[in-house]
Amino acid sequence: MESTEVYIGPEPHIEVHKYYAGVVPVVVLFALVLQAFFPVYIRSANYLELPLLVTLYFALSKRNPSSGLVLGMVVGLLQDSLSRTPLGLYGIAKTLVGYLGSSLGARIDVEHPIARFLLTAGFYLFHHAVFTLTTRALLAQRSESYLTVPILIASLVNAVIAIILFPLLDRFRKPS
Amino acid sequence: MIAIPSRHKSLTLLATVVVAQVLLLAVQIKRERQVRLIRVWAVELISPLQRIGSWTINGAEHGWGGYIGLRSAQKENDAMRSELDRLKVRNAELEGRALEADRLAALLNFRTAHADTPMIAARVIGASPDSGSLVVNIDRGSRDGIRRDMGVITPDGVVGKIFAVYPDVSQVLLMGDKDSGVGALLAETRTQGPVKGTGEPLLSLEYISSDEKITVGETVLTSGQDRIFPKDLPVGKVVDFASDPKSPFMKIRVKPAAHLDRLEEVLVLQTRQELTPKKSPDAETAPVTSPAAPKAAVAPALTAKKPTDGH
Repeated sequence: MESTEVYIGPEPHIEVHKYYAGVVPVVVLFALVLQAFFPVYIRSANYLELPLLVTLYFALSKRNPSSGLVLGMVVGLLQDSLSRTPLGLYGIAKTLVGYLGSSLGARIDVEHPIARFLLTAGFYLFHHAVFTLTTRALLAQRSESYLTVPILIASLVNAVIAIILFPLLDRFRKPS
Repeated sequence: MIAIPSRHKSLTLLATVVVAQVLLLAVQIKRERQVRLIRVWAVELISPLQRIGSWTINGAEHGWGGYIGLRSAQKENDAMRSELDRLKVRNAELEGRALEADRLAALLNFRTAHADTPMIAARVIGASPDSGSLVVNIDRGSRDGIRRDMGVITPDGVVGKIFAVYPDVSQVLLMGDKDSGVGALLAETRTQGPVKGTGEPLLSLEYISSDEKITVGETVLTSGQDRIFPKDLPVGKVVDFASDPKSPFMKIRVKPAAHLDRLEEVLVLQTRQELTPKKSPDAETAPVTSPAAPKAAVAPALTAKKPTDGH
């Protein structure tokens, strides 16, 4: 039986970045370690969401929804494994972030700092909302609200960090 | 093989990954009482179906049970109705017997009080088919010593007289019949006059002069002049009276003392002698004998004397 394949991928004018081998896993592990390490010494580091930033960065850069959601799933599950949360809570949230980030990265310019700031803040809120929804709906647990001032501040803080972090990660790209 | 477009591939992969992680969550999480979440979900997923199934089955069971119960209830209802009807009949029968016992007791008391007066108890067994005459049949006849023109009474008062006698049945012409008449007198003035039937419930006391002083409610007694009834048997009470300008006599209407419309047991007087109440020492303990009892046992008991007339 004949089949027809329709390619729907990144816009032709948007560049798909590639990274050196091992960069993605190392960065992910490093982010996870720091995420677990910082709050021990810096109390306000609880607002930091380095795994999310890493997931979002690679999703936006690779611009492939499938690889983005798989990356998000892996990062999320690893984060769940290292935390006390049930496996899947962060996994679901970051899977969706990876998918949507890749989809958005394939359509808009995500290299500009303002775009990165806004996207990071927005995805942080989205990630928190999915996490809260999952906690409430699937686990029937009372968690914090979908949107609070601390969450809003945290989204802004992470967005600021993203503006600093993402250019650093850009250095690991393969030259096109 | 159908190739899935890349966008759909990613969506499919997304859905698969999310669902897998949801299931992963379900496997891990324990809710209250350490029940794994997947069990909770499974139960919550299945329980509505179970409830629906249970509701359906219970409804069907209740409906079926109700139907069966209804059928049995219908049968039971029919049985109870039959039982109720039977009990109603039984109750009516017992009430009738109780009333009969009362009447018989009254008859016996009357008979005992007049122990020296020959009389026979009889039961009314029918009535004349002729609507124009007030006649009843009693279960005593010539074999029992009944003769024509014997007086028939109840403890309440005069009933009528025997006008036809057969071997085992007699016919009584009630006082209310137009052809019936009783010699009577007013109890207070002792003014005599015949009481005649009118064909209506009330009787007529005739030939009482307009000059007589009469009061409503005054008792009318037998006078004994008709040679049928002894003196001083209650005939009735004056209901109303009126003077007739064209006649020297008053029109006096009398209500019969006996319940002529519901006679069941009567006494047939076998004498015309005056009834004198006599208190016998064993009157209170005398046995009650039903008119329906064997005649051989009843007749001698009530027939103390032979009739004094030659009818």
